[in-house]
Amino acid sequence: MEYFLTEEQKTIKSLARRIAEEKILPVRAELDEKEEFPWAIIKDLADADMFRVFIPEEYEGLGGGCLELCLVVEELSRVCGGVATTYAVNALGSYTLIEYGTEEQKRKYLPDIAAGKRLTAFAISEATAGSDASAIKMTADKVEGGYLLNGTKQFITNAGEAELYTVIVLTDKTRGARGASAIFVEKDTPGFTFGKKEKKMGIRASATGELVFRNCLVPQENLIGKEGLGFIQALRLFDRSRPGIGAQAVGIAQGALEMAVDYAQQRVQFDHPIITQPVVQDMLAEMAIQTEAARALVYAAARMVDSGARKITEESAMAKVFASDVAMRVTTDALQVCGGTGYMKDYPVEKMMRDAKITQIYEGANQILRNAIAVELRKRKAKTE
Amino acid sequence: MNVVVCLKQVPGTTQVKIDPETNTLIREGIENIINPFDTYAIEEGVRLRERFGGKVTVISMGPTQAEAALREAISLGADKGVLLSDAAFAGADTWATSCTLSMALRKLEPYDLVVCGRQTLDGDTGQVGPQLAEMLCLPFIAYVNRIEEIADGKMRVRRMVEDGYEVMESHLPAVITVVKEINTPRLPSLRGIARSKSASIPVWGVKDLNVDPDKVGMAGSFTRVVKIFSPQQDRQGEIFQGDIEKQVDCLIGRLKDNGLI
Repeated sequence: MEYFLTEEQKTIKSLARRIAEEKILPVRAELDEKEEFPWAIIKDLADADMFRVFIPEEYEGLGGGCLELCLVVEELSRVCGGVATTYAVNALGSYTLIEYGTEEQKRKYLPDIAAGKRLTAFAISEATAGSDASAIKMTADKVEGGYLLNGTKQFITNAGEAELYTVIVLTDKTRGARGASAIFVEKDTPGFTFGKKEKKMGIRASATGELVFRNCLVPQENLIGKEGLGFIQALRLFDRSRPGIGAQAVGIAQGALEMAVDYAQQRVQFDHPIITQPVVQDMLAEMAIQTEAARALVYAAARMVDSGARKITEESAMAKVFASDVAMRVTTDALQVCGGTGYMKDYPVEKMMRDAKITQIYEGANQILRNAIAVELRKRKAKTE
Repeated sequence: MNVVVCLKQVPGTTQVKIDPETNTLIREGIENIINPFDTYAIEEGVRLRERFGGKVTVISMGPTQAEAALREAISLGADKGVLLSDAAFAGADTWATSCTLSMALRKLEPYDLVVCGRQTLDGDTGQVGPQLAEMLCLPFIAYVNRIEEIADGKMRVRRMVEDGYEVMESHLPAVITVVKEINTPRLPSLRGIARSKSASIPVWGVKDLNVDPDKVGMAGSFTRVVKIFSPQQDRQGEIFQGDIEKQVDCLIGRLKDNGLI
């Protein structure tokens, strides 16, 4: 399908593919098996300017938007969903700063993020606050010299590996979600440690763990934007970032589709390659249709985000939900086409199926996002009555 | 530290066809790449600049399309490129090529180091590096696999030899050829690609180099390619039949018939 990408977008996509094929492909099975953080690949991505893609030009970035980020994430995911997560979460950890940070904050941190010198993370989830993100309990008490942070964040991507953390905390616990604020915390701040590192089903090359804050003092100037806006900032952030999860899902589906076609072409049963069986052809065609439809929706949503439109919750949720469901279905069917071979760890399709699952869960479980879409439908209906 | 890297654009395929008239490579319609050995030279040049500052200049002699190879080198970190292209340069052997490159290097002075790949994928001679050094009256070290130190106008390098390596010291400027063990070439960067697209690549011809046209190209070549061919294989296999005894007898008989035993 022709998506009328600009020359620059095509360059970004093709370079990301080259990195994926030359640097990630040879090590993806090992990274998955050992749950190893891909530092060497992070260096390759940094050297190729991939971290500059989502940072504004004034701060040594390339000034790309949601679509440019999606192109990189898609290509990395086509080879390894885990490495793609590790990369993409840096955009998540930077957006709040880019959007609401002061000039001084941006000058201080963004050039290092653009150069890939310091990785970032975004922390909102807690043991009691998953889909109900407003249920966070972590507090930031105003004291002399700044904020005193207390609490534990759970399931945080890049935990322990990132140097810069955007953390959503309660600066006023009496006001619930309206008392939430975004605070920037640097690694090695006294009182900030890392808890359990999770063992995951998929995206195992990415690190996921707990952030533990015990009387951790951060200076006042680390507040991003205004007090009390943290929850709204987070919601706006996810509206912008969800097409990226969609892109990850599209990349995983694309990788699985290609593996299935290759396998069906070379696997001979009953004297013929199995791709000559109508029942297999039907599966492959359906996988191709679904993957392309998901890609079209993700690119369209990303372009809408980049247009500066304010109401994007519905569209970005649609792109994420549709693409992630497609990724799950396509990887499951790809494994089915590959049969017993596909079920074995020596073959990459089972990893793709494991990697696909998370895309239906994180940055808004698909059920929650369907709720959000339905809420918009009801609101619109109510307005016309 | 100013480094000049010499590179060649070569056909990126093993399906090379030879023009039966001129006995040279048919380059039309074949995707061209930077000679793989030269990619290590570019990377080493860029690493030296990262260590010591200065500039990396890439030069190449070839037809106009060789400009693409220079642009690619810029996307990989080189600062600027110069294309040596002129109808008079065509058909050059290694001597005439080295003559042209050496004139360009004189024009690029001052520089501290000239880095070349050990040989090309197509010509495979490995002669241009040493010839260049000779023409420029500069010290030369071949098959370098590590640059250990550069200080006070001198460098210490390791070069690979058949049964180990040698550590050598040389004054600068000097010419070296590098082997693939010296580094792992990086991928291009997005900024590098943007720079390579907008870079202006000057083209130097016979007049710019102030060189005698008889010393370059086909006219300046001492050697002529008379014929290029793939050696014919007329080996034939024969499988002897019968039991072991009979097969052995047949084999011995055949060896005797051919005067081999």
